[in-house]
Amino acid sequence: MAWITITVNGERIEREVDPSRTLAQFLRLDLGLTGTKIGCEEAECGICTVQVNGTPVDSCIYPLMKARNAEVVTIEGLATGEKLHPLQEAFIEQGAVQCGYCTPGLIMNAKALLERNPDPTDHDIRVALKDTFCRCTGYMAVRRAIHAAAAAQRGEPMPAYPAPTTVEPLEVIGQNVDRPESVAKVTGAAKFTDDYGFPGMLYGLTLRSPHPHARVLRVDTGQAKAVPGVRAVLCHEDIPGRNIHGLVYLDWPCLAGDKVRYVGDPVAIVAADTEEAARQALDLIEVQYEVLGTVGDPVYARTPEAPVIHEEWETGNLLKHIKVRHGDIERGFAEADVIIERTYRTPTIEHAYLEPECSIGVPAGYDAEHEKITIYVGSQIPYQDRNQVALILGVADEDVRIRGTLIGGGFGGKEDLAAQAHVALLAQATGRPVKMLYTRHESLLFHPKRHATVIRMKTGAKRDGTLVAVEAELYGDGGAYASLSDKVMTRATTHATGPYVVPNAKIDCYAMYTNNVPSGAFRGFGVTQSAFAVESNMDILAETLGIDPLELRRKNAQRVGVMTATGQTLRESAGLLETIEKVEADVRSEDTSSHGFRWSWREGNRAFGWGIACAYKNTGLGGGAPDKSAVEVEAFEDSTAEVRTAAADLGQGIGMVVAQVAAQELGMPYSSMRVLLCDTDLTPNGGPTTASRQTFVTGNAARMAASTLREALRSTAAEHYNVPPEQIRFEEGLMRINGHSVPLGEVVGVMKANGLQPRATFEYMAPVTQPLGTGGDMHFAFSYATQAALVEVDLETGAVHVHRVIAGTDVGRAINPKSLQGQIEGGIVMALGNCLTEQYIIENGQPWSTLFARYKMPSIKHAPEITSHIIEHPSSDGPYGAKGVGEIPSINTTPAIANAIYHATGVRVFSIPVDQDALVRALRRGDREIYTTWSDVR
Amino acid sequence: MKKLWNEYHTPQTVEEASALLASYAGAARVIAGGTDLILEMEQGHKPPVAALVDVTAIQELTTIRQEGELVTVGAGVTHTQLVGSTLLAARATCLVESCGVVGGPQVRNVATLGGNIAHALPAADGTTSLMALDAEAEIAQHGTRRWLPLVELFSGPGQSLLDSTRDLLLNVRFRLAGPREASAFKRIMRPQGVALPVLGCAVWLRLAPDSLAVEDARVCISPVAPVPARATEVEAALRGQPFCEALVEAAVEAGRASLHPRTSKYRATAEYRTEMIDVLLRRTLPLAFERARTGVAIPEGVGM
Repeated sequence: MAWITITVNGERIEREVDPSRTLAQFLRLDLGLTGTKIGCEEAECGICTVQVNGTPVDSCIYPLMKARNAEVVTIEGLATGEKLHPLQEAFIEQGAVQCGYCTPGLIMNAKALLERNPDPTDHDIRVALKDTFCRCTGYMAVRRAIHAAAAAQRGEPMPAYPAPTTVEPLEVIGQNVDRPESVAKVTGAAKFTDDYGFPGMLYGLTLRSPHPHARVLRVDTGQAKAVPGVRAVLCHEDIPGRNIHGLVYLDWPCLAGDKVRYVGDPVAIVAADTEEAARQALDLIEVQYEVLGTVGDPVYARTPEAPVIHEEWETGNLLKHIKVRHGDIERGFAEADVIIERTYRTPTIEHAYLEPECSIGVPAGYDAEHEKITIYVGSQIPYQDRNQVALILGVADEDVRIRGTLIGGGFGGKEDLAAQAHVALLAQATGRPVKMLYTRHESLLFHPKRHATVIRMKTGAKRDGTLVAVEAELYGDGGAYASLSDKVMTRATTHATGPYVVPNAKIDCYAMYTNNVPSGAFRGFGVTQSAFAVESNMDILAETLGIDPLELRRKNAQRVGVMTATGQTLRESAGLLETIEKVEADVRSEDTSSHGFRWSWREGNRAFGWGIACAYKNTGLGGGAPDKSAVEVEAFEDSTAEVRTAAADLGQGIGMVVAQVAAQELGMPYSSMRVLLCDTDLTPNGGPTTASRQTFVTGNAARMAASTLREALRSTAAEHYNVPPEQIRFEEGLMRINGHSVPLGEVVGVMKANGLQPRATFEYMAPVTQPLGTGGDMHFAFSYATQAALVEVDLETGAVHVHRVIAGTDVGRAINPKSLQGQIEGGIVMALGNCLTEQYIIENGQPWSTLFARYKMPSIKHAPEITSHIIEHPSSDGPYGAKGVGEIPSINTTPAIANAIYHATGVRVFSIPVDQDALVRALRRGDREIYTTWSDVR
Repeated sequence: MKKLWNEYHTPQTVEEASALLASYAGAARVIAGGTDLILEMEQGHKPPVAALVDVTAIQELTTIRQEGELVTVGAGVTHTQLVGSTLLAARATCLVESCGVVGGPQVRNVATLGGNIAHALPAADGTTSLMALDAEAEIAQHGTRRWLPLVELFSGPGQSLLDSTRDLLLNVRFRLAGPREASAFKRIMRPQGVALPVLGCAVWLRLAPDSLAVEDARVCISPVAPVPARATEVEAALRGQPFCEALVEAAVEAGRASLHPRTSKYRATAEYRTEMIDVLLRRTLPLAFERARTGVAIPEGVGM
């Protein structure tokens, strides 16, 4: 131990400390200041930033002893009592707070910037925040917020949020209210799973397979168990229930039994008093493997010589063959004047949410608050966590409680089980709470990612541009376990015609098992991949036919009355044409030269180009899956109300949405609403946060629950005050009865006095859909988007920079325009990463991208200026007309950028991410097509 | 994060630091900013140690001192400190330009020039510029302090003469740009994968007092060899010639003929790197020339 004197947030501290601590550990573990978040422990992501003597540093790798005698300021040190710091205020006001996990780091860096530069330019902000990542916002709102706070600090009025144009708002719906937890997120008070601790809590670790494919011959935990401080070492034999889980198919062992199928597959778990003891135990577990042949890619997986990964699976490595058949493909191509056929490759992509996975298991009966085994976790599907954990523990579902914490981003990557079952097993085995916090390395290694694909796309059209046929073949790398591959690759297949009318289609998709990291849900759900192929082919077609790229899309655009390739007739809410119009008007009005609009131009060695792409994406599960959600609303005598549902808020703001909906229906101010999310004992099942479904499905459930409660209040009031029910109006938290106003809480009191519960639960069932192949409505709604990207390519270095993205997005109805804009901007920047910076590299089953230092997501320096047009073609079944928005903005950015690069350089990219090295080589050689990327540089 | 060290010392003098290291007999290691070291230990490339000896509280290691035409930069000077030096910005511009693009601001606030050198990566931005500045390094080894040309420090990729459980890198010194002298640095990055330059290029030029001829030139392009090295053929092509577009092309020709960068997995093909030698020379040489001609040097690209 060592002695330290340090001042933290103005308070002088003198104490004995462990000199091996980092500053972040000291703040979080010794002082309980959990506002400082840890994202990578690599000094890569920057979210752990605190100020040491005024200077921002990455506290995750900053030795505590370096800060001896220093003044340290953390996010907790900014607000004065209730009064927020201008940056904190501006981050909320400008919509720069989504999941909130990176927010403290962004604010701390911004604070240091404004202290030395009271009027920063955009460039200054980009320099200061270059290495502080945010995966949610797309950085536009962050820049706005910093400018706004700077203005306020200079004594100028703080600029208001520049709201996009939307239809006339209602009292609460359509208003730019802030999420209920936003103040906690900017002050550091917000608690994510790792911010919780319990007395006697143990440290859990996982032993993972080093082999992509091996038989497990023997697991010996004897020596590990003997390590002092070790409380439990468990392997597959110790599982009391069934050793299996999976969201669609039960094929993933909780702890490997007979085989391991990818590098990172869990084999054994340990709980110990300290991390050191747990690590020591991990090293002493002996596992004997018989290494098997590796299936490294999906095309090889389908060949007869490929080793079989799941022996029990009837179709070998073929997880699923998905087919779309529409019209007569041969006749279609016979009618075509032009046929374009190309093959595209997209890589495995990592979600890179800033919060690594963490779970805490508390055993049943541990204390008064934990009567049953309880798991604290930030998960996208709490009820399915419960089912899967119960199955593994061998107990009834109701005997397990999942308590959702705040979630530091998900994007589809927190749908499958991480450590939920493992901490439950260890808690049960030890009788103590157990925390498992994954390192970034472990997170990168283990969790399911976006499918790598190979897509052969053949598009036929008539001379006038009318599409007549699409034939496509897709291979999806499902990885070692099924996860959501079936559903994801189905979506890739059904959307492989793009948002166009295609009378004849034949699309085959092979979702394959391999020995790579499993693939699962990822924002865009397969459509991101097929859209790259579809929209690139559309551009090639436009050029071949000499038709303007916008015109070609307009000509073929889906609209009300047409049929999709899965046989669904669109009866309403198909706003694609308007998204094209809005984006086109903006793009064409760009004053790029005296010649008027041009798709491309040169300035010296810099080539500029615009590119365009369209997209559509279903809202909801579709394909015949029952899609339901339940919400409970309770009103209180103080005229407040609480909305309860197990619908995960990953930062997108579903908590805010259901509160807005309930407030609207109850005629209450939004500020009177509270939200309780994701406690399987206290909140009804909102279903998975996936498929852009929550606003639609849970929004509807909230609407029905709140209106049911409203009607109950109305009938109580009607009887109590002896007025006809139809004469009662609900406004501003009051009930207007015959010219006088009664606080809603008063009627709540009357209900209670009458022995009635002032609450209502409603389970909403979304419109029925049909399975693929049966025709009819496969989905109950689609969102549409058009995006234009302006890129600059340095013809000497090949470096690509995206200056502008103009987006038109048909969302049905904007429930909260500010939050919606955040989804669009964040989705676009995430997709920019998909196109330009990101790739999770696996070499024949061995992952290379196992550090943030090897996986680059876009930083603020890559973030373009984004203009967002919100287009509202209401969906009659959606709440107030709303449909999904979570995924649609992430789908067409990649092809828009790729098309822009083509216009700028004349070189077309068929493999992403775009490789500047290959681009320069192609330019030098006069090649017009690139089929490799940077992972091919070796 | 697992425990990587047990004790942490913050000596105030070089002697105290050397003595501490000696007392641990190999079980302690020098730490400066730690932004590389801690990661290497965390990722298992270096073993955990009994103690870390932090040299950033030793005053002579944390200052930038001008002595006539020479400047001495302490090994514990942070990148931010260095980039903020108006003296270096004007008279060792390439060093400011290269240190200004290392990491992000939080890393530059902590990471030191000495640490960057001691890490001995052939692509290290700071080192590339120090090579063009013909810098010397002062080290403490076996109880003595001595100066040696910087280039002699490096023995291979990631390897230097310094044993960080025993030796100290103390200072770096070089001549400041005088009249008719200037330098420039630029690099090529890719947005994917590891944040190491595809290629970096630092040039230093001295023009003749009364003409536009290049009197002397020093050029370092990295990584080309396992250790940082001067591009002597490029320098020779420049020396004594009047600066003009044709001279830049002659330098490019000499670079092409003499430098043979290799393909690095997931970073760059040899072909691309060869192209980038041309691009970097065409961008840095005119910039350094203009600075030398006008006597005005404002660092470019810092922070991005």
